Amino acid sequence: MKTITANRLTDGRVIYRTATGDWTTELAEAARLDEDQADAVLEIASDESHIAVGAYLIELEDDRPGGQKWRREGIRLAGPTTGSTHAQATA
Amino acid sequence: MYQYDSYDHAMVADRIAEFRDQVARRLDGRLTEDQFKPLRLMNGVYLQLHAYMLRVAIPYGTLNSTQMRTLAGIARDYDKGYGHFTTRQNLQYNWPALVDIPDILDRLAAVEMHAIQTSGNCIRNVTADPFAGAAADELEDGRPWAEIIRQWSSFHPEFTFLPRKFKIAVNGAKADRAGIRVHDIGLQIVRNDAGETGFEVWVGGGQGRTPRLGHLIKPFLAPEDLLSYLTACLRVYNQHGRRDNLYKARIKILVEALGPDEYGRQVEDEWAVIREGELKLPAAEIARIRRFFDQPKQAEPTPVPVTENRAFARWLDRNRRDHAVEGLSSLVISLKPIGGTPGDITDAQMEAVADLAERFGFDEIRATPDQNLILPHVRNGDLEAVWNGLVEAGLATANAGLATDIVACPGLDYCNLANARSIPIAQAISTLLEAEGLSEKAGDVTIKIDGCINACGHHHVAHIGVLGVDKRGEEFYQITLGGAFGSDAAIGSIIGKGLAGEDVPAAIARLLHTYLDIRAENERFIDTLRRVGSDAFKEAIYADA
Repeated sequence: MKTITANRLTDGRVIYRTATGDWTTELAEAARLDEDQADAVLEIASDESHIAVGAYLIELEDDRPGGQKWRREGIRLAGPTTGSTHAQATA
Repeated sequence: MYQYDSYDHAMVADRIAEFRDQVARRLDGRLTEDQFKPLRLMNGVYLQLHAYMLRVAIPYGTLNSTQMRTLAGIARDYDKGYGHFTTRQNLQYNWPALVDIPDILDRLAAVEMHAIQTSGNCIRNVTADPFAGAAADELEDGRPWAEIIRQWSSFHPEFTFLPRKFKIAVNGAKADRAGIRVHDIGLQIVRNDAGETGFEVWVGGGQGRTPRLGHLIKPFLAPEDLLSYLTACLRVYNQHGRRDNLYKARIKILVEALGPDEYGRQVEDEWAVIREGELKLPAAEIARIRRFFDQPKQAEPTPVPVTENRAFARWLDRNRRDHAVEGLSSLVISLKPIGGTPGDITDAQMEAVADLAERFGFDEIRATPDQNLILPHVRNGDLEAVWNGLVEAGLATANAGLATDIVACPGLDYCNLANARSIPIAQAISTLLEAEGLSEKAGDVTIKIDGCINACGHHHVAHIGVLGVDKRGEEFYQITLGGAFGSDAAIGSIIGKGLAGEDVPAAIARLLHTYLDIRAENERFIDTLRRVGSDAFKEAIYADA
């Protein structure tokens, strides 16, 4: 299973493409794409660069980022794994 | 420090207006991303994993309290309340929105800062010894020369589209704290037999995929010839550098291919044509630029305090440096809290540093290649007050130069190019070494971590380098030993197969225990390593693997 992700043009935030062609920050709302439809939808998404920059396909496993890029996409989804700079400053 | 003249103000204002228009055209669709990307990069705007990243230039790492407060305000108003100091003496914001960046640039311009040439295949922000103008071992302050190079290279029409990015460093002290042998061009200020000062010119150093130490191609360059000679160096590179292969485009590859002697000969040929032309630096102009930096610091010859306060004493021992003027000291503000993110600083901390610099530090702050800050000039009578202020701000970690003073690139937590995480590895190493008391016991050791081979974290020139690699979705870390950044510059050697991330901290702890076991009295880690070789340390690293 795959889905399409990109960065939002206005602020760079991580976004995913929904089944209705909208873009969302929630992976849960993203379209789940079969292998045979993924490339065609990506072609459509790539034309939406007025909203989404650099659209590409990622693999999903159990509704989470999967495949060889699971960690990278997991960090994009959940944010840095470094902890809070503010918390570190006041520790 | 240097103050903008009307030309500087106009150049920066014009560029912001131009970029504001480019952003507007990107947002309304008149520019495609392919058209916009090179334009935003020329203004220091990257698109990273989670957001845009804005890299702000801090010329030769020097800034004042007003500028630091502005950086704090931007962090608070447009980011998530923190900034990140880099190994190139710059500051990066990890979370700005594209729509806000023109306004951020306006705020920077109001305090004579910008983000121009912090990206792209141009001459980047010129770096320098962060103790310049203060160090006890200094021959001459390198910053006036860095400023002259900055003015010459900003928007230089001939060198805006080089084969690849180009980094110049200037060092005026006996010890090399600018890394002149790992820059495209490194300039070391020297004195000749006649007692005149000039430059050694080192060319072709660099890190990244193909780490190389620079070659000395000019043992003595007269100061007035600086810009004509640099122009000749850049011209030969611009003409012959490899534009066909990204990985072979840096000047180090050209110098290696031609040989340093042949490269130097071609530079001399070009220089002979232009040497006596308009690039000859007038003495009056050199003097004018120097006056911005030649501001004598007055101080009573008060000694460094002797204190019963162990925490203050420890901090003085690790973070204070001798100053050229009796009665003054330079202070390293560590941005490496134990278990923290190297180089990160909150908005409130930036303001605290600004306040301390203004009250006690002649209004000067420096950013270092080790991702720390420096107050270069502090009266010895004010040291305790500064320390108290740093304690209050959470900035009094007494580990400058120790194993917990770890340099790390942003890595896979932020960077689009990274293959593996760097910061969590740094945090885990820092926490373990401190818990085992190894940071204090091991003394001067450099640990530098990278999440990819581009080596922004300088792992090649660390005593202990850590390079993250990705193997089919899993992070592994190669350890290198024996690198050095300064006067004894060296490229570290990979000592064996990569380790899983969770095994790296314990491996480095074992390595440092081995050092403590076999070192001679007062022998630094790097000297022990050079004396005995890497085998004993390799055994320690893989003891548990």
